[in-house]
Amino acid sequence: MEKAVITVLGNDRVGIIHSVTKILVDCNVNILDLSQTILDGYFTMVMIVDIAVATERFEEIQRRLAETGEELNLNIRIQHKQIFDSMHSI
Amino acid sequence: MLNYESILQTLSMIDNQKLDIRTITMGISLLDCIDSDGDRARGKIYQKIVKKAGKLVEVGEAIERDFGVPIIHKRISVTPISLIAAASGEKDYVKFAQVLDKAAKDVGVNFIGGFSALVHKGHTVGDETLIRSIPEALALTDTVCSSVNVGSTKAGINMNAVKEMGQIIVKTAQRTADRDSIGCAKLVVFANAVEDNPFMAGAFHGIGEPDCVINVGVSGPGVVKAALESCKGEPFDVVANTIKKTAFQITRMGQLVASEASERLGVPFGIVDLSLAPTPAVGDSIARILEEIGVEHAGAPGTTAALAMLNDAVKKGGVMASSHVGGLSGAFIPVSEDEGMIEAARIGSLTLEKLEAMTCVCSVGLDMIAVPGDTSAETLSGIIADEAAIGVINNKTTAVRLIPAIGKKVGDEVSFGGLLGSAPIIAVNPYKCDDLVNRGGRMPAPIHSMRN
Repeated sequence: MEKAVITVLGNDRVGIIHSVTKILVDCNVNILDLSQTILDGYFTMVMIVDIAVATERFEEIQRRLAETGEELNLNIRIQHKQIFDSMHSI
Repeated sequence: MLNYESILQTLSMIDNQKLDIRTITMGISLLDCIDSDGDRARGKIYQKIVKKAGKLVEVGEAIERDFGVPIIHKRISVTPISLIAAASGEKDYVKFAQVLDKAAKDVGVNFIGGFSALVHKGHTVGDETLIRSIPEALALTDTVCSSVNVGSTKAGINMNAVKEMGQIIVKTAQRTADRDSIGCAKLVVFANAVEDNPFMAGAFHGIGEPDCVINVGVSGPGVVKAALESCKGEPFDVVANTIKKTAFQITRMGQLVASEASERLGVPFGIVDLSLAPTPAVGDSIARILEEIGVEHAGAPGTTAALAMLNDAVKKGGVMASSHVGGLSGAFIPVSEDEGMIEAARIGSLTLEKLEAMTCVCSVGLDMIAVPGDTSAETLSGIIADEAAIGVINNKTTAVRLIPAIGKKVGDEVSFGGLLGSAPIIAVNPYKCDDLVNRGGRMPAPIHSMRN
């Protein structure tokens, strides 16, 4: 399993989860965990995904997510999970 | 288990508080490039740098992408060129600086350090030639950085070198007078220089280092400031603990990036440098941390105490987060590279004397300070001697990177652009120290250097 974190931040609107998960389906990326809330009026979603058997390279998934983010005026990014683990655990 | 608040906190550090990795610096030994024929030596130097660092920028950018963390600089440090060029017997080493410049530009790094000499106890012919070549070398190259170590706790202070470096700084300033004397921004005079410093302009690859190594310098003044905003009015116990926790997180990120870079490049990991390095960007300032702790402007009474506590807490938090800590590891206070310091100098809160006091308790020294263009070589040497004495007596690294801005006086400004920033010219004590500087010789090592 190779875990990555997808975060989506921005103004709420119809179809955000649909747009993001469509990319994940197309790239064969499995969602392991998902949390979505509205924080101070901002749509905030954090997903833990498994990219071990993804059919597209990491850069390509990243590019597609960023492209969708631009279309929907959202900040969407994917990062390897180690960065968060290293900063928040001893 | 990772919680979502932690993830969002990290993103906020990167997006709003300018958290980044300041530099991945590849140290490359050039000892196997020594040759009695200068052209052949330069050929070997070029080949070795390009071979070792050819993928440095590409790998750095891939790590940035994978982890979503900005890595501002990819840089190279090399063995002090005085050691490498000596066998060539050439009369000046400017061509060696030019080959470093070309190699750095061809691999895409923005600075290469190591046009250096270590003369804390005395000069070799190679050291003399290198030091003489510095003004021309820094004028004719863009990326090359130079450093000279003039003192150490073990050896004392080489006052002949101190005198000479005052003159070299003046010549470098004159030689680059058309560009606000920018040559001096690439020249550092050290005491107790370290062999594994990843930060410019003082980086060089020491002779005790492996053939090639990856050192990483972290940043993060904005993150520390933001963390302190949540403990307004709290006692220092809370402040110190907050800084420690933040430094731990910042350093963990540095350690991860260093390990990844080391693995992907197939080069051993050296150290993480815990320095809090500012930039001229708003929100990336050490001075603003000091203000958050409680001084109106950097330089006000209390500044040295606040800085001492900050520096200590950064080390305590960082040291547990990395397997190997090294380099300079402390808070940097370069005036022109720190937006809050620039402001404090402009309004007269920060003086040269206060800055000198501050260097007693943090890394590194009198850094990126613009002084009047007519400051004499002897006065510069006197300032270097004072700073070296602080380093030698306190067993720490100190450095002087002063810019006598030719044609400018107190109140004028110099602007170097980019990360080097801009700075108001600050006043220097007008009284002379020529007789002190002209004595020459060596100041003996302090008594506490004898620890065997």
